[in-house]
Amino acid sequence: MWEYDPVMFSRILTGLTLAFHIIYATIGVGVPLMIAIAQWIGIKKNDEHYILLARRWTRGFVITVAVGVVTGTAIGLQLSLLWPNFMELAGHVISLPLFLETFAFFFEAIFLGIYLYTWDRFENQKKHMLLLIPVAIGASFSAFFITMVNAFMNTPAGFDIVNGALVNVDPLAAMFNPATPTKVAHVLTTAYMTSAFILASIAAFQIFKGRDHIYHKKSLYLMMKVGLIFSIATVLVGDLSGKFLAEYQPEKLAAAEWHFETEEAASLLMFGYLDDEGDVQGAIEIPYMLSILAHGDPTSEVTGLNEYPEEEQPPLIVHYFFDLMVTIGMWLTFISAFYWLAVRRKWKVIKNKVFNFILVLSGPLAIMAIEMGWFFAEFGRQPWILRGVMKTPEGATSAAYVDTMLFLFVGLYLVLGTASVIVLTKMFKKNPVERELEDHAQERGEW
Amino acid sequence: MDLAIVGIAVLWTFLFGYIIIASIDFGAGFFSAYSEIANTKHILHHIIQRYLSPVWEVTNVFLVFFFVGIVGFFPSTAFYYGTVLLVPVSISIILLAIRGSYYAFQTYGAKDSKFYIFLYGLAGLLIPASLSIVLTISEGGFVEIVNGNPKLMYEELFFSPLTWSIVILSVVSVLYISATFLTAYADVAKDYDAKGVLRKYALAWSGPTILSAGLIIWQLRQHNAEHFQNIMDIWWMFGLSGVFFIITVVLLWIKKYYSLAFWSLIIQFALAFFGYGISHYPYLLYPHLTIYDGFTNDAMATALIIAFIAGFALLIPSLFLLARLFLFNKDYVRGEEKRRY
Repeated sequence: MWEYDPVMFSRILTGLTLAFHIIYATIGVGVPLMIAIAQWIGIKKNDEHYILLARRWTRGFVITVAVGVVTGTAIGLQLSLLWPNFMELAGHVISLPLFLETFAFFFEAIFLGIYLYTWDRFENQKKHMLLLIPVAIGASFSAFFITMVNAFMNTPAGFDIVNGALVNVDPLAAMFNPATPTKVAHVLTTAYMTSAFILASIAAFQIFKGRDHIYHKKSLYLMMKVGLIFSIATVLVGDLSGKFLAEYQPEKLAAAEWHFETEEAASLLMFGYLDDEGDVQGAIEIPYMLSILAHGDPTSEVTGLNEYPEEEQPPLIVHYFFDLMVTIGMWLTFISAFYWLAVRRKWKVIKNKVFNFILVLSGPLAIMAIEMGWFFAEFGRQPWILRGVMKTPEGATSAAYVDTMLFLFVGLYLVLGTASVIVLTKMFKKNPVERELEDHAQERGEW
Repeated sequence: MDLAIVGIAVLWTFLFGYIIIASIDFGAGFFSAYSEIANTKHILHHIIQRYLSPVWEVTNVFLVFFFVGIVGFFPSTAFYYGTVLLVPVSISIILLAIRGSYYAFQTYGAKDSKFYIFLYGLAGLLIPASLSIVLTISEGGFVEIVNGNPKLMYEELFFSPLTWSIVILSVVSVLYISATFLTAYADVAKDYDAKGVLRKYALAWSGPTILSAGLIIWQLRQHNAEHFQNIMDIWWMFGLSGVFFIITVVLLWIKKYYSLAFWSLIIQFALAFFGYGISHYPYLLYPHLTIYDGFTNDAMATALIIAFIAGFALLIPSLFLLARLFLFNKDYVRGEEKRRY
């Protein structure tokens, strides 16, 4: 048997909560924008299909928001429960964005409540749509503020430590630390991209099952287009993130790339494995690419991992997290661009069942990329909880029963995850689009 | 006035807001579940659902606001309370999850499951009970420092009569607050059957509320003499609170001015809650932590207060809009809002 180690259990429990929460949080940030886009197009084109899209997405969105609120409350409290020493230190410097996030979410929650219960109270659809703006802004700002806290953990700023005491605290400098711009941009673009692909997947799945109502096709085409736009944005931001890492967190980039020796004109390694001597085998090598990614110059020098003492190196597994994330991102950019072209050129492949199935996979793949990205971000920061200032074990709780709590939360997330999937499927199966469209036609006397 | 007091006053006010709003919510859930057994579902279900539906996510944010704010203003609370509260607060999170998911799954999705309704009603009473443990712990005597780390003394906590008195007060006051609010709400909605039932609930829970509150003060005398003395120094706040308690009960009794009765209840609880808070000063955790040892730096405190004012300027109109559309909109409350398509 192993000895009870609160640090290990705290890490597992935090990881578990975040891995679960991030799915709902990503949907929570991205979907309001998609709803707004659909409703706006519906109003502009006077096309009830798009209005209905917005309506049905909203209904589903409510379920995911509820789970997101619950898991968000859980992680908010767990930060203090599992990392009391870290929060005591960080609270002095970075509590401002945490505090602001509550306001942003508060704002979102209020207007979401109003939006939901007033679908039929407005004669003018445009006025009702206006209610979505604060929802979308609140959701995006929540992500903005929380990501700042994570950025701070990677590149702490806005304070000095003199003789063990915190001095010269500058809350704004802490918020706008060097990691903030790229991290926030990356989180937001990928949240929009992932949400678009999830919604596209739902439409693709209906088409795959043989439903041929134009509603599903409109939905798929719209979301693939939005997904494409945000994938391209993600690629651009990803490039900037690489340059940020090379400058401010070279050990993280080096670990992700298995780049051990500092060298010029470094090549990029995809996948592969390490043999017993610690040499990379079976990797795909792209010459000069790492230097381009790191500094935008094929001959530039890239810092290797061996420059860092062994106890300060991130675990090498992050290479796979990073590669999977990038590969999925590239694939989604390609497949959405291909689909868009295929529809414009009226290629027959869009009616192909296998091709539709590939499209169905986009949403799950995008979620997987989000998970891989966060695994990379968090493992890649190790052994630090606050880079250069506090190591992860120093931040953890000393309390008993973290293991028992872990089992409790595993149970909770299993129940929540299963229940939300069951409820969502039931909700839409009970009330298919075709019937809802008929009902609406009937109400207007067109039947 | 120094920033630490501004900070704790703001947070305490938000906690008060949470206690009132959440009590209404938890109690409503419990009455809704209870109506399933008591065969009053046809009377109560409609009015409770109408109230609960649009505001449920807002309630939770008050709580999040409080605990994020307290770590912001008083980072040392993360160290002390974060360490000792692992188990009680984790249980609260799970109970909150049961309730939070109920709204989504029940209201928007699957068909009624009796088991889940009971679980939901029960969770509403267990959440205040589990959260109230924090107040008990703050009185001191349940935390020891081992190797520089705080440690919760589970056994002492479990067998202390103070713990159970506070638990009882938290549960009965939830029922009392909620029943009184819903009586007034049903009155506005002109739902007289529901009002009759809820008024009886309100009167039934008024006695236990005041009795358990008195019991706690009496027990504090043994448990924490310093706090008890501080309470005695501002006895008039608690006395005034008692006067408003009597006003509420009398109004409910004579079946008049229900809205006024509810506002009088708010004043009663505000006086007691702030009286308790003021007498607790300066300790956040007897005897280990005061608001001054635990306070953040001035730069952060100023930033937080500015953020708070700016945020509040944004929230107040939004909350007002929410209240106008749902809580105080007579057409909505009565279920007669115009459906325009």
